[in-house]
Amino acid sequence: MPSSSDFTRRDVLIVGAASVVATAAPNIAHGQVPASAAPIIAGAPVMSKVSLNVNGGIREVELDMRATLLDALRENLQLTGTKKGCDHGQCGACTVIVNGRRINSCLTLAVMHQGETITTIEGLGTPDNLHPMQAAFIKHDGYQCGYCTPGQICSAVAMLEEIKAGIPSHVSTDLTSAPQDTNEEYRERMSGNICRCGAYSNIVEAITEVAEGRA
Amino acid sequence: MKFDTPATTNPIDQLKVIGKPTDRIDGPLKTTGTAPYAYERHDVVQNQAYGYMVGSAIAKGRIASIDVKAAKAAPGVLAIVTADNAGKLAKGSFNTAKLLGGPDIEHYHQAIAVVVAETFEQARTAANLVRIDYVPTKGVFELAAAKDSAKAPEANAFSGPPDTAAGDFAGAFAAAPVQLDAVYTTPDHAHVMMEPHASIAAWNGDKLTIWTSNQMIAWGVGDVAKTLGIPVENVRLDSPFIGGGFGGKLFVRSDALLAALGARAAGRPVKVALPRPLMINNTTHRPATIQRIRIGAARDGKITAIGHETWSGDLPGGGAELAANQTRLLYAGANRMTATRLAVLDLPEGNAMRAPGEAPGMMALEIAMDEMAEKLGLDPIEFRALNDTQVDPEHPERPFSQRQLVECMRIGAERFGWSKRNPKPGSVREGRWFVGTGVAAAFRNNLLTKSAARVRLDGRGTVTVETDMTDIGTGTYTIIGQTAAEMMGVPLEKVVVRLGDSSFPVSAGSGGQWGANNSTAGVYAACVKLREAVAQKLGFNSEEAVFADASVRAGNRSVPLAEAARDKEIIAEDAIEYGDLDKKYQQSTFGAHFVEVGVDVATAEVRLRRMLAVCAAGRILNPKSARSQVIGAMTMGAGAALMEELAVDKRLGFFVNHDLAGYEVPVHADIPHQDVIFLEETDPISSPMKAKGVGELGICGVGAAVANAIYNATGVRVRDYPITLDKLLTELPQTG
Amino acid sequence: MKSFTYEKATSAADAAAAAARKEGTKFIAGGTNLLDLMKLEIETPTHLIDVNGLDLDKIEPTQDGGLRIGALVRNTDLAANERVRRDYGLLSRALLAGASGQLRNRATTAGNLLQRTRCPYFYDTNQRCNKRQPGSGCAAIGGINRQLAVVGASEACIATNPSDMAVAMRALDATVETVRPDGATRTIPIAEFHRLPGDTPHIETTLTAGELITAVTLPKPVGGKQIYRKVRDRASYAFALISVGAIVQPDGSGRVAVGGVAHKPWRVEAAEAEMPRGAQAVTERLLADAKPTEENGFKIPLVERTLGAVLTEARG
Repeated sequence: MPSSSDFTRRDVLIVGAASVVATAAPNIAHGQVPASAAPIIAGAPVMSKVSLNVNGGIREVELDMRATLLDALRENLQLTGTKKGCDHGQCGACTVIVNGRRINSCLTLAVMHQGETITTIEGLGTPDNLHPMQAAFIKHDGYQCGYCTPGQICSAVAMLEEIKAGIPSHVSTDLTSAPQDTNEEYRERMSGNICRCGAYSNIVEAITEVAEGRA
Repeated sequence: MKFDTPATTNPIDQLKVIGKPTDRIDGPLKTTGTAPYAYERHDVVQNQAYGYMVGSAIAKGRIASIDVKAAKAAPGVLAIVTADNAGKLAKGSFNTAKLLGGPDIEHYHQAIAVVVAETFEQARTAANLVRIDYVPTKGVFELAAAKDSAKAPEANAFSGPPDTAAGDFAGAFAAAPVQLDAVYTTPDHAHVMMEPHASIAAWNGDKLTIWTSNQMIAWGVGDVAKTLGIPVENVRLDSPFIGGGFGGKLFVRSDALLAALGARAAGRPVKVALPRPLMINNTTHRPATIQRIRIGAARDGKITAIGHETWSGDLPGGGAELAANQTRLLYAGANRMTATRLAVLDLPEGNAMRAPGEAPGMMALEIAMDEMAEKLGLDPIEFRALNDTQVDPEHPERPFSQRQLVECMRIGAERFGWSKRNPKPGSVREGRWFVGTGVAAAFRNNLLTKSAARVRLDGRGTVTVETDMTDIGTGTYTIIGQTAAEMMGVPLEKVVVRLGDSSFPVSAGSGGQWGANNSTAGVYAACVKLREAVAQKLGFNSEEAVFADASVRAGNRSVPLAEAARDKEIIAEDAIEYGDLDKKYQQSTFGAHFVEVGVDVATAEVRLRRMLAVCAAGRILNPKSARSQVIGAMTMGAGAALMEELAVDKRLGFFVNHDLAGYEVPVHADIPHQDVIFLEETDPISSPMKAKGVGELGICGVGAAVANAIYNATGVRVRDYPITLDKLLTELPQTG
Repeated sequence: MKSFTYEKATSAADAAAAAARKEGTKFIAGGTNLLDLMKLEIETPTHLIDVNGLDLDKIEPTQDGGLRIGALVRNTDLAANERVRRDYGLLSRALLAGASGQLRNRATTAGNLLQRTRCPYFYDTNQRCNKRQPGSGCAAIGGINRQLAVVGASEACIATNPSDMAVAMRALDATVETVRPDGATRTIPIAEFHRLPGDTPHIETTLTAGELITAVTLPKPVGGKQIYRKVRDRASYAFALISVGAIVQPDGSGRVAVGGVAHKPWRVEAAEAEMPRGAQAVTERLLADAKPTEENGFKIPLVERTLGAVLTEARG
């Protein structure tokens, strides 16, 4: 059995397999060409190399084109602090900071981030050198099982910057003035990070402490 | 150590470490992403391949044929396992449906194959190439329709009898001047813990190791062995970090079995995580209930008759949701009955979810109490206080070990400002909101079960605790560390806690809010033994020896604790085992939930404004992590009240909203600041720790408090959870 | 996820041309919906053109006083844009009511317009769905459909369009600018962009093969009070049960578009004439042809009540 590294771009098999891609019509809905008889064998991997600036270091990875940024981090780079909770953008456990912005790493391909700067939970702090947000989560017990926690923390760090940058939210009372650091703002802005253990009340206290420390 | 007489003063009572709101000792790992969860164990074994599950596309029937040719030919595929080539498999003792289905299909998304490949992407793609022809058969999917066919389930260790009675319920209810007879429904609920079920399996000869995410390690070892038909000695489970369980990881699930089978077939270690969209129908859920509650009272508010019947469904051989059980114990009343009935449904397997029984039972009972209080013209707190009982109402000779329900209510009322409440529904308006407050009792039993631990002392004075106990977010690492530190007289930093490995002594495990009290009591027992060994080694009389400040002393003599292990590590192992104190006494935990809601006057959207829980649950071993348990349970209870419902397609037999977008659970924006008060309480009947469970108490009753607050806000009484806006919309009071 | 090849686009016209050359091609920008669907093999492109590097991420004033929003402007940036906040508050509010902070950081203007339904039967490839697999039937009819359409639906499909942004765009009379494989450009009024399901629910927009959205243009500001009310079961990070986007002028006239009720953002210009008479009158015209299911009839009074609240707020 060949290993994944045996496949490179030039090995992509081109043979007729029209039935594999028969759903022509939905493609139109996305404004693209119908896939009526695409000549690609299902599952044949296309490999790609990508270079990512992760937590301050350049990391070259060769991976399946289909690999999400999340799987590239967790499986290829073995940076498992970023969590896979749903793999469909429905939970926020995979939140990382890319070029200064928090995103769901499960809904983006690794190859789309060539040369970009990625900060994961491991890049924020370590057990011996905690980021203030990590320390505040510990102090306020802003976690239980710990699985959503890295995503919450990455999200919270970036979220405070979004307020600072003047980005409004659904609960901002006035669109034309600067958003405030309030409990209600934090709760709305953190809503893309689900915590089934229900540590929300404590998480917001941790965020508040960090925000006030900054002020 | 046998615990069969009430605890007297012991080293735990020093409360130097126990009882302090200590930060979790696993916090630095969890907050930096360095705590390793099951799927992330790159370090434990080399050459891991990826398995991807194929789930059944039908709810009931059988597989006519499986064609794996295309999948097998797909790039990177190493092995495909189906029931055809898996070898003989048994069903685990704790499983109702088989973890690998075929040819018979018992429920939707039942696992029917695992595809193993070099990469995750290859495995996922190949899994979609497995072609299956099914022969569906008709199933029964609707509880309401199956209700009349429901039967009394067999009693088991957790259930009690399906029918209970005391006095003459029928006669007393008929004669009662004030009556309530109402039906309540709760839907199917999903655990949806954030970490999907995941396992890495590796075979070494005929020995199998599974790094997994499991709450009950010893149950898991037994069921893995049973399912695969191999000796238990050949199975090791390791589960040091668990990304949430809530009962959904009490049992071995398909991830573990598929990883083991895949690894055997591929001749390599294999890792499998359940894909989120398949989890809900593949695993277990809290079953829906239909509950009928009848309460009869005298005009003075004294309950004379109380009856609670409950119906739920499960696959053949499954169990009932025990939603009536708390009604046997919570309120006084000479004439009483409960009945539990179970219908056969062909939905996925119903099973335990956080506070099984009481969680949905209290959602119904505590609305009924609110309704009854209103009929009687009584304040709902006064009505509950009037019907308090300090003894088991069915067996008055059997007292509660501790019962501070009324104190919880009264203290909560004061803190919450209950006296300012307008009892007339629909009478408070603030801007675009109708505002209301509600109260409900919280109740959950305290369960005692054997729990063992091993404790080591090394030459540096470090105390290491080893037990197969699990920390599912409960704070177990920390309270076990605190227990050992207190017992051995060392600071918490000198304690190392190792959990979740089946090579460690068998603990209570995490479930039924029994983990904290039992597992720390087991550590207590092992520490007592270690103290004896240390005292003996250092030449102290163990009765007189005081363990404090990392030293052992008696009289004028003091020796550093580490000295005892200077030459050789000292190891002690013991278990806590219980006598009949839980027979002589009813051990339960109590609380009161207070909730304020706003209901949008136009859209009927309900938003929580304030939440308070007051709990009496024995000694609180760590108020910080215990508080987190309670707020987390309140959050899950709020979800059950307002939004959580697995939507059943009654034609096709599956939960339609099977992902985290479809099955809505509360997000940050739903949950206001939450307050928790723990009453001073020690319960010497429960264990040497004098503690009880608290992790499930917080979910019991909170849903009803929300429902009652909505009623107070709007005058609309909804008895059908969740209370979504469509059930309120056209009933709202007219506004100007 | 089926395997695919991948290229970075160098220009919008080239991207459109390339898409026409390679069958099975899709453009990818934010990817927040496309990758979600590719993982489930609901979308199975064989070639992806990554348009993220294109110079389509600007928000610029137009000559007639409007605003031209590049196709790649992220939802966060669009909602936070000063002009949008000041002159097109409805759009800002609608965007902020959608998804989560993380998703808005990634999702683009064009991608938002193209996002597909959240109907659970569309998302479950074991089930019949005419949108996913034309001719297979609709499992949502007679099934779980509390979230689904009450108006403009067909016997083939009762899906709803989940976009909040599109509701605001509809009320604001946006136009969609595109480039086609032959390099020709065109503009499509937003009213004509999304389609009703009819018997071809798999055809969701009027885009043609290979056509790439380059921008969305807003006409000059119309003023008025601009309010977006999204109604949902949980307070955030949830799709709308219904939403109401309204622009209310001081004289009581205005515009209303509704989300969560149809296969497209729902606006009936004739109903807007009723605005001075109040929510009930508007809703009667707006949802005159509504045919709710057993589960979602509540959406009709919900639209009316929500619109009533919006009109009250606008007056206040």
